[in-house]
Amino acid sequence: MARAEIAARTLRTDRWWLPPLTTFVGLLLISIYAAFRTFQGDYYWVDQYHYLTPMYSPCLTEECVPAASHFGQWFPALPGFLTPPVIIIPFLLGFRITCYYYRKAYYRAAWASPPACAVAEPHSKYTGETRFPLIAQNLHRYFFYAASILLLINIYDAVLAFGTGVGLGNIILLVNVALLGAYTLSCHSCRHIAGGRLKHFSKHPVRYWMWTQISKLNNRHMLLAWASLIFVCLTDLYVALVASGTISDLRFIN
Amino acid sequence: MSYQGKFRVWRGDDSGGALEDFTVEVNEGEVVLDIIHRLQATQAPDLAVRWNCKAGKCGSCSAEINGRPRLLCMTRMSVFDESETITVTPMRTFPIIRDLVTDVSFNYTKAREVPSFAPPKDLAPGEYRMQQVDVERSQEFRKCIECFLCQNTCHVVRDHEENKEVFSGPRFLMRVAELEMHPLDTADRVDQAQDDHGLGYCNITKCCSEVCPEHIHITDNALIPMKERVADRKYDPIVWLGNKLFRRS
Repeated sequence: MARAEIAARTLRTDRWWLPPLTTFVGLLLISIYAAFRTFQGDYYWVDQYHYLTPMYSPCLTEECVPAASHFGQWFPALPGFLTPPVIIIPFLLGFRITCYYYRKAYYRAAWASPPACAVAEPHSKYTGETRFPLIAQNLHRYFFYAASILLLINIYDAVLAFGTGVGLGNIILLVNVALLGAYTLSCHSCRHIAGGRLKHFSKHPVRYWMWTQISKLNNRHMLLAWASLIFVCLTDLYVALVASGTISDLRFIN
Repeated sequence: MSYQGKFRVWRGDDSGGALEDFTVEVNEGEVVLDIIHRLQATQAPDLAVRWNCKAGKCGSCSAEINGRPRLLCMTRMSVFDESETITVTPMRTFPIIRDLVTDVSFNYTKAREVPSFAPPKDLAPGEYRMQQVDVERSQEFRKCIECFLCQNTCHVVRDHEENKEVFSGPRFLMRVAELEMHPLDTADRVDQAQDDHGLGYCNITKCCSEVCPEHIHITDNALIPMKERVADRKYDPIVWLGNKLFRRS
């Protein structure tokens, strides 16, 4: 027996193309900004107030401003156009790229697989995440571990900046780590590691409690993914503007 | 308050068919299934439609309304503009029998491929004891009414007929998850999910969750946890080492 003969790719009458288009444009703009700032190699540290942008933290190479290298300079200066963030960006990018939410977002928006529910995809063949390279999405938990370490470093940076007083930059760094923390904790791999892998919650009450709390955050994973991503860029922009002298930091306590 | 609504309904069988235009009376409080029934009663007595409970609990009247997989009985006419032409078509993923009725036997074949609940051998029926917190994850999946809208909307089989052999679809991967999470089930469901039911084909684009009339979090609570369990088993050497060192099964 054959399927019903319906030639149209979709009969949806709503604006189904809008969410994938918005996602695509949003991710593209953020990628362009992040690439520009990564390779700019400047304006990442405000010496007066000890603000370090999260995009350059930890700053581990010899071309880093010494005061910005809170954990030392482990690597020699990088050659050519390479800048300090190229050491940490693969882990941050890896965490976002293999994230279960972002997978949905870019599979729909960038690969049209599918572009929207009940809208035919343009590809003639589909093997999903069964083969290389997409089978590597299973490495998400390792990127989660790496991102957790980087988060702790960002928290350390944000706390350290309070040593010079309190300004708007401190508040921005604090909100940034709060959003990054909520996004990282709400991760599906984190939920699984905390308690999701258990078959008997009743035998592990503490892990069950952790699982229930993470599940509440996990319900808002998409929101946290976007909020933290946009706010990282805004935090970086603020630090860059203050570091370059374009604006001065609004100080509350000096 | 009544009005004359414009409808396009797919009519035909496996030898061919087309969308036919109808104008049908719509009354306040009605759902799309009411209109299909009025169409049958007044203009197209041979129109085939599968339905039963009219309460969103039997899962019989699955179809596509304006291209979106939905239950005919749970789609209120009040969500549409009076001037709108409403298109009603059969589910695309399954072979057509006639008009709005499809052959959903693919799903029954896949259901039979999931090995049944396997309690411990030394436990007789009536001796099962378990805590509520241990079973409530599985209980969410028991809300499924088997309307097969998730199976219909999943692009893995909707857009790729050839994948039907290797991919069981969200409904039956959820069934595997339900058994895997059951505190008394002893069967090895993790390898089955990946190797026999094609979990790796799922790219978690969440259409199954979007169309579920029971609002089951199929992707977040069944498919992703199963993917994580598969990662534990097949792709995580740390978990493998931990299991060896601490002699966990």
